[in-house]
Amino acid sequence: MKSKITKGKDNLITYGIVLISYVIAQILISAGQMSYLLQGLLVPICVSVILAVSLNLTVGILGELSLGHAGFMCLGAYFGAIFTHCMKDIITFSPLRFFLALLIGAVVAGFFGFLIGMPVLRLRGDYLAIVTLAFGEIIKNVANALYLGIDRNGLHISLKDSLSLNLEEDGTVIIKGAQGIISTPRDANFTIGVILILITLFIIMNLVKSRDGRAIMAIRDNRIAAESIGINITKYKLMAFSLSAALAGIAGVLYSHNISSLVATTNTFGYNMSILILVYVVLGGIGNIRGSIIAAAILTLLPEVLRFLDEQRMLIYAIVLIAMMLFRWSPQIIAWREQHSLKNLLQKFKKTTSKKEVR
Amino acid sequence: MALLEVTNLSISFGGLRAVEDFSVSIEKGQLYGLIGPNGAGKTTVFNLLTGVYKPDEGLIHLEGKNITNLRTIDINKEGIARTFQNIRLFKNLTVLDNVKAGLHNRYHYSAIEGILRLPRFHKTEKIMNEKAYELLKVFELEGEADYLAANLPYGKQRKLEIARALATGPRLLLLDEPAAGMNPNETKELMDTIRFVRKEFDMTILLIEHDMKLVAGICEELTVLNFGKILTSGETSEVLNDSRVITAYLGE
Repeated sequence: MKSKITKGKDNLITYGIVLISYVIAQILISAGQMSYLLQGLLVPICVSVILAVSLNLTVGILGELSLGHAGFMCLGAYFGAIFTHCMKDIITFSPLRFFLALLIGAVVAGFFGFLIGMPVLRLRGDYLAIVTLAFGEIIKNVANALYLGIDRNGLHISLKDSLSLNLEEDGTVIIKGAQGIISTPRDANFTIGVILILITLFIIMNLVKSRDGRAIMAIRDNRIAAESIGINITKYKLMAFSLSAALAGIAGVLYSHNISSLVATTNTFGYNMSILILVYVVLGGIGNIRGSIIAAAILTLLPEVLRFLDEQRMLIYAIVLIAMMLFRWSPQIIAWREQHSLKNLLQKFKKTTSKKEVR
Repeated sequence: MALLEVTNLSISFGGLRAVEDFSVSIEKGQLYGLIGPNGAGKTTVFNLLTGVYKPDEGLIHLEGKNITNLRTIDINKEGIARTFQNIRLFKNLTVLDNVKAGLHNRYHYSAIEGILRLPRFHKTEKIMNEKAYELLKVFELEGEADYLAANLPYGKQRKLEIARALATGPRLLLLDEPAAGMNPNETKELMDTIRFVRKEFDMTILLIEHDMKLVAGICEELTVLNFGKILTSGETSEVLNDSRVITAYLGE
């Protein structure tokens, strides 16, 4: 059994993996070796990674099952996009505008995380999963039914149709119900995406190794004991849950500023998406941040890379999912991995060389 | 004034009077034992003292302050720490982090300072590490500081739980069957540890125990519970020779 845990260098390796992947991608692009299809996937990968890492905070670090992560992403995506549309002519410097949109997306999603968390975090296990699932669906459906326009009098909201917004002549419709938001300025790019990944990692990995992170993990490991040593359960659950929601909001803003037409469907912000994010987390290893990054990146790439297989595409995707699951969780394979891990091989190598020296 | 003054504590679960009219007075520095057959309500008393259950009747005073209806975390802040009959460690945290979690309310910095790694984070963490190592040394656990708590042998897990409770800086320490599952050697070692803790930390200790050797060896006074009621209480030697106690509990 592995009894000592490694520390210190772990975080650096994680940052390193992200940075090296970024550099490799940039080299491939400038050398013209990356197809347009693949280039188009770079920002979605960043979105998936941020979502997976942030959900891991709820599922792995806090130990609560949330099935509504896509709902928080949806909030971030819509509020960020609305802000950008409103400010399109006022703030023309796009990096600043995008930064503010990110802030707004994060704050709104985080605030909703706080609101939902207040009553819901008193529930445990399956109940929390059910309520968050319902929350995600509600957000998606509201977004689908919403009409929003802007004119010189301000914002107009309607749940009927765009005519009932009663806009002045100079007004524009931002959200057109089920048609969603179209032609949001493409403020997001791969570099910003990678910076946001690094910020997310920085926040979560530093939080985990601090006083507050310890409290959160103590609650996960044993709620009763945590209470008995004076840790405020509600406060820390809310902190972790809202932070997780806020980071999902950031991922949403990144997402909405990278596509020409933002619509709320099951696959973008609904149940399917929430489950997909959970799949990243579970396959990458619950509580394992680096695993989440790798699983999210691979599983976002895979469907597109497998496109040449046409109809067999989702079949292969499912097989890869099963293979990853076995690789990650099967006891035999875990034992094999530990035996053949790089660290062990190095140690063996050191032992043999040091023996030789003694002789 | 007594450190802990409990008067007429009662609680019922449905029709069951789990604890009835429980009173006890523990002086500062005392090592007090609470014994009784299985199901007598001993752990329920601990849960009442630490706010896990709210009593139906009765009062709990800690150094004159009424703490009867406070929340568990506030009772801990007032100075009562406990261990559990079935060990409750933070299994996926290291031994060091378990103790540092116990220091949670004694050393502060905000989440922002922690995430941004501001100077106060480094300063506070350094002090916390020092304090935690001091405690681990007392329990001879400093060599296992980086191990996951789940991987410690049983006896050391018990010790770690006491170390974590002490880390919260209590005035009164409640030990729920600290010797459960230990062999005679480990029990003897534990007795020495408990004595040492009392001396070193100037601690008042209330413990539940089934091991009569341990109870007779270290407790100065005892209260015997039977079916939720106090059977008798007094000095250890007297209580253990009381014929009612022998029939109710020790047999023969």
